[in-house]
Amino acid sequence: MLGVITGFIDELRAAGVPVSMVEAIDGMRAVEAIEIGDRVALRETLRATLIKNQRHERAFDTAFDVYFSTVPLPDSTPVEEGTRPDLPSADGSDRAPFDIDALLDDLLQALAGLDEEAMRRGVRTAVDELAGMEPGRPVGGTYYLYRTLRRLDLADLEARLIDALTQDEELSEFDRRLLREEVEARLEQLRQEIEEEIRRRLVADRGRDAVARTLRRPLIEDIDLMHATTKDLQEMEAAIGPLTRKLAARLARRRRKRAGRLDFRRTMRKSLATGGVPVEPQFRHPRPHRPEVWLLCDISGSMATFSRFTLQFTHAMATHFSKLRSFAFVDTIDEVTDFFGAGVDFGSALLRVTTEAEVVWLDGHSDYGNSLETFNARYGRQLTPRTTVIVTGDARNNYRAPRDKVLGEIAASARALVWLNPEPRAYWDTGDSAMSHYATHCTSVHEVRTLRQLEQFIEELTLPGTRAAQNA
Amino acid sequence: MNLESPQAVAAALRSVDYLPDDRISQVVFLANRLDKPILVEGPAGVGKTELAKALSRVTGKDLIRLQCYEGLDEAKALYEWNYKKQLLRIQADVDHDWEEIEQDIFSEDFLLTRPLLEAIRSENPVVLLIDEVDRVEVETEALLLEILSDFQVSIPELGTMEARTQPMVVLTSNNTRELSEALKRRCLFLHIDYPDAQREQEILAARVPGLSEHLAAQVARVARSIRSLDLKKAPSVSETIDWARTLLALSIDDVDEDILGDTLHVLLKYQTDIEKAAKELTSSPQA
Ligand SMILES: Nc1ncnc2c1ncn2[C@@H]1O[C@H](COP(=O)(O)OP(=O)(O)O)[C@@H](O)[C@H]1O
Ligand SMILES: [Mg+2]
Repeated sequence: MLGVITGFIDELRAAGVPVSMVEAIDGMRAVEAIEIGDRVALRETLRATLIKNQRHERAFDTAFDVYFSTVPLPDSTPVEEGTRPDLPSADGSDRAPFDIDALLDDLLQALAGLDEEAMRRGVRTAVDELAGMEPGRPVGGTYYLYRTLRRLDLADLEARLIDALTQDEELSEFDRRLLREEVEARLEQLRQEIEEEIRRRLVADRGRDAVARTLRRPLIEDIDLMHATTKDLQEMEAAIGPLTRKLAARLARRRRKRAGRLDFRRTMRKSLATGGVPVEPQFRHPRPHRPEVWLLCDISGSMATFSRFTLQFTHAMATHFSKLRSFAFVDTIDEVTDFFGAGVDFGSALLRVTTEAEVVWLDGHSDYGNSLETFNARYGRQLTPRTTVIVTGDARNNYRAPRDKVLGEIAASARALVWLNPEPRAYWDTGDSAMSHYATHCTSVHEVRTLRQLEQFIEELTLPGTRAAQNA
Repeated sequence: MNLESPQAVAAALRSVDYLPDDRISQVVFLANRLDKPILVEGPAGVGKTELAKALSRVTGKDLIRLQCYEGLDEAKALYEWNYKKQLLRIQADVDHDWEEIEQDIFSEDFLLTRPLLEAIRSENPVVLLIDEVDRVEVETEALLLEILSDFQVSIPELGTMEARTQPMVVLTSNNTRELSEALKRRCLFLHIDYPDAQREQEILAARVPGLSEHLAAQVARVARSIRSLDLKKAPSVSETIDWARTLLALSIDDVDEDILGDTLHVLLKYQTDIEKAAKELTSSPQA
């Protein structure tokens, strides 16, 4: 068992999940304290000790299935060995013809009665008969899953299950909807069981390590922002909140004294109650430092996915910074701060940015030079030594002149100017990228292609103190 | 009560009206067996704080709670000298030798113990709840960490205060901020999400006396349905409980879309969310 756990931890690490030495040892210790033949106990024990971030649970579940799928579930009769070969022989001539209707009836009954045992039995038969698994074939589990599901015809099963659960009652539209969702939840469970069963057999055939490798997906923090799917972006949204709060804390940070200064006047006033003895010294609260942040986001076509992400980021930032102003640009720039006010959900903000903001002046191809000059002319005078300007964009300027001098002026009026580029560093300055022209004017420039890099940027961020703070 | 297996933990928690899932029972079992703190994370209102309270009920140990907030410091978390009492003591006793007075006023009698110190100095082991730890600054987190690993506190004027007993520690976080790796490493991590419809129905049955099975099932399903929408703030378990109580108070025994439309504000806090849910779930969108 220890060997398998070690392999499992290696797999987690290979998938990008940080498991420290201490945690690995904790995991092993904890396993000694539990019933080892109980898959649920084992799973939750390893999860609690090895995974410290909810974002990593999906990777954990996948790897766990692969490494421990043969550990029996609690209160289940063990799979009898040898009743059916795991992988049916190619001819299968000596068996009675398979009756799919009988299988569907069994599954239907199991699903209607929430009989997990019966469902698992049905799932084993389904995979035996319908997946068409062949030993040694280098196809992934999804292929077999697809084959099985197609033959089971889930849409039909759903309709029959709804009928079975309705029991001839007249249902209102509302109740039908609730019932449909219940049925979908049960069918989803069936789908997962089938997927697990297929994995189990793939593991038996090819070994854990090989299967784990084919199932490995990048963690949400490692997905390239330029190529993220909408679903990825939705998952990222949950992670952005805590990150922006961290950024807020970083930007607000200044050398703090432990408490505020003694408030002499209030101390003396208070002391009147105790006969002039200053029993309770009063302190001034250290005034929290309110950083000002301006975000300039390239939302051009070449940046489509990334700009959605930066706008999500903007949205999250708007909840942490009262003094956030945001601007969107393509070939010219417009302020979009008001679209992100308090209580606005991201969907409506996005809609307003794409329909109301005036970011196209000429042809809708990125023009950083014009955007920056327009920005400086319109808003530049409002920059203060307390403002941190963050530009997000790939600096791809469609071979137009960079006109980067104006960026120097912007930088000079602000506390700091930071540029986040979603392209790999190796691509900067290739083709129409004018990154190094702009970089010369920036306080710092960062490659931010993934959430992990965004987090890193936030971790390492050190900015010059605001001038107000330096004078204090 | 017996916490000797995850099943026993589950039964014990149920007996005090806390409905755990497999994960919760397993982690509580481990925490008890290995003497480790639990870090419970998840959205608001899913039973994080309640878990600590339930553990206190189950074990019969007192619950000591440290509610975290921005700006929480040592003086509020750990201990503080009772200035007032010290000054009065000094004034009352002007003739005495200063050294003697000094020794006296820096003794335990003049110490105001705050939750953390109180928890480890207690004669009987307690359940220590450090609630919403994500609200404190990173520096304060380090302070908590120190106590959780050493189980002692050193007070410059007084020396080291050792733990008399080791508390069962539960920390909660709403994950508004990433906690430090060091803190996470020390703890068993438990993410609690919204319960599935089955468990939510059981929670409702336990927490809302008089609720029919039919209504409990309906409420749980409606909650699931609403949570699947893209909302600013999904309804928490406490809100579904409130909603069930409201329905009960209105003598409703079957929810239809009109009733849902009229009572959505109990489940949802934002007007935009209410409108969205009304549009999705009822045929007559309303405010
Ligand atoms: N598993 C559960 N069993 C019983 N009641 C629960 C459970 N989860 C949540 N609740 C109910 O929800 C309420 C809110 O839970 P609470 O612990 O305060 O939420 P939070 O996660 O924000 O700390 C509790 O008072 C309790 O009534
Ligand atoms: Mg709470």
